[in-house]
Amino acid sequence: MAVTHPLDPYLRVDRIPTMWCPGCGLGIALGAILRAIDRRIEEGLLKKENIAFVGGIGCTARMTLYPYFDSAHVIHGRAIPFAIAVKVVKPEMKMVIVGGDGDIAAIGGNHLLHALKRNADLLVIMVNNMTYGMTGGQLAPTTPRGLYTTTTPYGNPERELNVIKLAAALGANYVARSSITHPQLLERTIYKALAKRGLAFVEVLSTCPEIFGRHIGLRNPVDLYMELKKKVTVKTNPSIEESDYDWGRGFVIGEFVDRDEPGFLDTYREYISKSFGGGAV
Amino acid sequence: MRYEYLTGNIAIAEASIVSGLKFYAGYPITPTSDIFEHLARELPKYGGHVIQFEDEIASINAVVGASWACAKAMTATSGPGFSLMLEALSLAVITETPLVVAYVMRTGPSTGVPTRSGQYDVLQSTYGFHGGLVIPVLAPSTPQEAYDLTVKAFNISEKLRTPVVLLSDAVVAHTYGKVAIRERSEVEIVDRSKPSTPLSEYRPYDPVDGLVPPMACFGEGYSVLVESLTHDERGYYAPRSDAQRKLMWRLYRKITESSGKLFDYSSLYLDDCDVALVSYGSTALSTQVAAKTLRERGVRACSLKLKTLFPIYEEGISKLLKNVEKVFVVENNVGLYYRELRGILKDRDVVSVPLIDLDVPLPQEVVGVVDKWL
Repeated sequence: MAVTHPLDPYLRVDRIPTMWCPGCGLGIALGAILRAIDRRIEEGLLKKENIAFVGGIGCTARMTLYPYFDSAHVIHGRAIPFAIAVKVVKPEMKMVIVGGDGDIAAIGGNHLLHALKRNADLLVIMVNNMTYGMTGGQLAPTTPRGLYTTTTPYGNPERELNVIKLAAALGANYVARSSITHPQLLERTIYKALAKRGLAFVEVLSTCPEIFGRHIGLRNPVDLYMELKKKVTVKTNPSIEESDYDWGRGFVIGEFVDRDEPGFLDTYREYISKSFGGGAV
Repeated sequence: MRYEYLTGNIAIAEASIVSGLKFYAGYPITPTSDIFEHLARELPKYGGHVIQFEDEIASINAVVGASWACAKAMTATSGPGFSLMLEALSLAVITETPLVVAYVMRTGPSTGVPTRSGQYDVLQSTYGFHGGLVIPVLAPSTPQEAYDLTVKAFNISEKLRTPVVLLSDAVVAHTYGKVAIRERSEVEIVDRSKPSTPLSEYRPYDPVDGLVPPMACFGEGYSVLVESLTHDERGYYAPRSDAQRKLMWRLYRKITESSGKLFDYSSLYLDDCDVALVSYGSTALSTQVAAKTLRERGVRACSLKLKTLFPIYEEGISKLLKNVEKVFVVENNVGLYYRELRGILKDRDVVSVPLIDLDVPLPQEVVGVVDKWL
């Protein structure tokens, strides 16, 4: 009998191996996400047929190709509006959005902003490798200042976008930063985020040795992994000020926001049912 | 059936409800916002959802998502918004997502004259998106046609798993007319075909024994794959010439081979005609009058109003015009659809009548141009 992996029921195993480069952090991230989902399914909180993955374009968005759930691999930056519509039509769905920092925070930034403002009922997982990996290492909104990219060959002159602060400021119910260097913690974070109503935003710091690492002299996957691990500090209930995004001084990971305001579906249904006696939606 | 006095825009909104619309996403834009506002008021009464998004890009992507959640879905926009929607229309084409875009043309390019009319976007409506395929385009010229063609647009989108553009214009949008409103039971409503295979064997892009695959949606246990990459029948990325060829030809054929079934037109004096005035949308109103005027003067003129603009039913149009000596293509732009017709009427004398007017070109303007060629 063939040897099986405990997560095989959640994977399109005929599509493995993945398209990701050796040493890429995305495999660790996907493993943690699926283990967290498995625990929620075992608990009876989620049903397999009601989980959907949606991604735009990029290495992280390709994560939608492998999980054995309803999945959509759509266009660059537009996973969020696609997912909001599915959730409105079928509120029983758990929408998991996976995207890179470019997909979610650059081209998809306006949709993220408005999803946060709505507190839309979505789990947004932004895997941040600080570069455009799939297209060969161009500038990302999260690229640390000063670093080489193929489109800023004399060094990145721009400030970094701290998406944690953006998500917290616009009122997401759950805002956490995690890292693939801490897989158990990442799994716990996703596990918790899966149970939230409203918008749960999880940034996952990750490694791209082939592109980002190569450009900064850390092409060996272990070297880049150890470098990121050195820069990460785990904190319990850190304040939002501690979320500062600084490659030089390092990154605090932990839960920055955990609240339980009504999500978009709650308020949407409240106003509609107020007008139609609860019968319409 | 009952009669109401409606504008073209409200006729579209009412017909979409009868067609089974369950999700509308939009962004305000002149001259379409009253479709949005009417549906925001009415659609929740029928269990549907109406949401204003942050832009037209979000709106059309939400419409694609809603369609994969089993809801009949629509948005409405005008030139600037449609330009923003093109990338997602291409997504809807390759993922074979049924949806309707009501495209109410205004004067362009760019901001142009937002409150006034034109037909500048007739080619963009089908050729605008990247990928080199065709989506069906229907063009009403009256509120009644807006109503009837909306129902037809939804049916085509469901039957062929394709986006459909309902191409109206600012004149049709806000002109009142008598409209026969039909109840749900009085209208033929087509719903997408659902898979009959076991859950684990479902292949979302396998047309089985035709050209259009049955469509499962999210939350039904089929583990559906919505894939923007070139894919095989399973929805798996297939970067190979054979897979690209197979997908392209099927997507192309499912639309073009339906051109006869999708074809819709109306005509005046066509069976006794030397000089045919071909038109569509609001310009057709003047063209019909121009044909009558010419006949009163003894010219054997007729008018042909095309309600289906794409896919072009080449054999059908050639046949309708086979006994005609001269064909005039009248439109409110620089002569765009003329190029399409010239291509299929090679053995006929085809003349462009491009009239640029912020409202409907007047019948005497049409006659004036035609006279020069007679």
